[in-house]
Amino acid sequence: MLSDRRPILLTNARILDPSRDLDFAGDLLIADGLIRDSKRGIGAAGVPEGTEIVDCRDKIVAPGLIDLRAFVGEPGAEYRETLASASQAAAAGGVTTIVCQPDTNPPIDEPPMVDFVLRRARDTAIVHVHPMAALTKGLRGEEMTEIGLLKAAGAVAFTDGAKSVTNAQVIRRALTYARDFDALIVHHTEDPNLVGEGVMNEGEFAARLGLSGVPKAAEIVMLERDVRLAALAGGRYHAASITCAESLEVLRRAKETNPNITASVSINHITLNEVDVGSYRTFCKLAPPLRDEADRAAMVEALTSGLVDAVMSDHDPQDVETKRLPFAEASPGAIGIETMLVAGLRLVHNGEITLMSLLKAMSTRPAELLGLPGGTLRAGSVADVIVVDLDVPWVLDRAQLKSKCKNTPFDEARLQGRVVRTIVAGRTAYEYV
Amino acid sequence: MNIAQKPTFVLRQRHLLGIEGLSRDEITGLLDRAEEFVELNRQIEKKQSTLRGRTQINLFFEASTRTQSSFEIAGKRLGADVMNMSVGSSSMRKGETLLDTAITLNAMHPDILVVRHHASGAVDLLARKVDCSVINAGDGAHEHPTQALLDALTIRRNKGTIEGLTVTICGDIAHSRVARSNIILLNTLGARVRVVAPSTLLPSGIERFGVDVFRDMREGLHNSDIVMMLRLQRERMNGSFVPSSQEYFHYFGLDERKLGYAKPDALVMHPGPMNRGVEIDSSVADGAQSLIREQVEMGVAVRMAALDALSRNLRNA
Repeated sequence: MLSDRRPILLTNARILDPSRDLDFAGDLLIADGLIRDSKRGIGAAGVPEGTEIVDCRDKIVAPGLIDLRAFVGEPGAEYRETLASASQAAAAGGVTTIVCQPDTNPPIDEPPMVDFVLRRARDTAIVHVHPMAALTKGLRGEEMTEIGLLKAAGAVAFTDGAKSVTNAQVIRRALTYARDFDALIVHHTEDPNLVGEGVMNEGEFAARLGLSGVPKAAEIVMLERDVRLAALAGGRYHAASITCAESLEVLRRAKETNPNITASVSINHITLNEVDVGSYRTFCKLAPPLRDEADRAAMVEALTSGLVDAVMSDHDPQDVETKRLPFAEASPGAIGIETMLVAGLRLVHNGEITLMSLLKAMSTRPAELLGLPGGTLRAGSVADVIVVDLDVPWVLDRAQLKSKCKNTPFDEARLQGRVVRTIVAGRTAYEYV
Repeated sequence: MNIAQKPTFVLRQRHLLGIEGLSRDEITGLLDRAEEFVELNRQIEKKQSTLRGRTQINLFFEASTRTQSSFEIAGKRLGADVMNMSVGSSSMRKGETLLDTAITLNAMHPDILVVRHHASGAVDLLARKVDCSVINAGDGAHEHPTQALLDALTIRRNKGTIEGLTVTICGDIAHSRVARSNIILLNTLGARVRVVAPSTLLPSGIERFGVDVFRDMREGLHNSDIVMMLRLQRERMNGSFVPSSQEYFHYFGLDERKLGYAKPDALVMHPGPMNRGVEIDSSVADGAQSLIREQVEMGVAVRMAALDALSRNLRNA
């Protein structure tokens, strides 16, 4: 469904560019895969011949989203998600760049694997795809991977995916070594021993359901360890998915003295809380688990203040066999790449966060963190652009989602706003009709 | 005594999955009905025909002797055809087979499924996939409603009422479905509920369950009317939650001395099976204040009451 690359003029739009804090009414011209110009009144007269003119009245135009953390099952779990299916879902959700995770089978821990993913993406995906590579060989948490060669092959960061490295020495060495290559280390902060048998947020609600809890300390302890090691080593460190209000205190202190520390929160942890687990809904079983309402609210606030840098989907397709189980036995994870923007718009409509802050955390900041093009509407930038109708009401039907798996916590959710067009490098990759 | 002529007690819901969600009247109604079955069970002719033609399947994913046999006897005394399916958790590939089993059994048109499973919420999950009534015979650390009902019946018969009594539950609260169901039921009927345990065996947030929390048996048992002991699993007393069974018994095992802290007429209960010398001393378990054997008797009556009440909602009932 890739259309040809003729110029596109988006007219009469409300244009938001979080990279420059601009919010104005105007037109945006795209040609040769690049943003040519954006200002009031370019008008149909001043565009090249053959330009597709799109009336964006009552809609917004913004940079395409960059999803910092999405699990794609290629290679090894193509039944869950392929680069092709993930990219279709991404385009429908306004995501123009997927950063896929290395916990595939085999894991992306050697340069040929990076190459494989990039070539498969080039051939099958309709959005940009950049892989993160494994931080340790085989994701075993013991020996660091070839950080230099992997980065040269195209890995944008280093992480063990949803696994935490328990050995502090390994993390310290990796941070120290990665600094020489200016490589970003992304780490899942959940101490597996403290998680233990835990399957949801520890507290009254878990106790009432008879489920083992995951204490907040599992995250806070690991994050505290990491930021201290990052200070010692001097490398760039990114906490992959933080969820607790107390983690924000750790982060605040660390950021005061160390500009190399950043963090993300998943869309789930800013829009849902532990109560959404209800009566054992396994689609709300996540790792780290959904926390309480105070934590959720604190995360949203931290996005506004910039303390938390980015929002990612934490997209994790799980099929029926791993989800239609008793809660404790079900796999954690939720799909989210297609719904992250619309779920986030709930917060905007509720007045919890500004549209600009949300878009910044989903586009500009991720681009800056990974040094990727995009996340901006500056003239001359890559034309990764989305058109969003902020107001259209609809009810989510998971059967309509483009992911191969349908494990969304937002099934039957009432939503307001949806992506109507996604442009990737100047071509329309998705259009809602 | 002619039970059939009494007004029939009916539960509003199709399943009995937990005490949570039952009203005071529903609990009392079940207990009243169970009283009648206690009388019946003491007669020579124990057989009723309420469930004649009905099929009851006891599906136990976790080993059980007393609960399973209690449900079996209860069903048979009401005239049902009872089938036992014990599925050792080792031979099952966990949950997926749980739903497969549910769907398979459902195709055989049972009327009542009695289910025990090692995972919290598993019975709830299964109940959504079948057309018959489901009774939760224990799911993980979540609920065990018939145990709480039989405990309440035992207390009521010995103390006359439950309202106003101080009931102290001692032991592994964190992993106990019996504790959860009892806390909810006893609170609903107006008892004052206490829990006593080492902190490692108390779930996070327990203070918000409407209980007074103690870490010391002397304080916790003071002025108690009922002392309810819980079983401590062997794998939890080797250093993971408590250092040893010796230390646990020293501080939390119920012996004559500790029972002395409770009211002189306090009564002792245990859902079984007991670890003698770990959570309870034989002298107490077999002593004059023990209700443990009576609990087993009440178990059959309560399960008959539950089967009877649910059967009134069945198709063509």
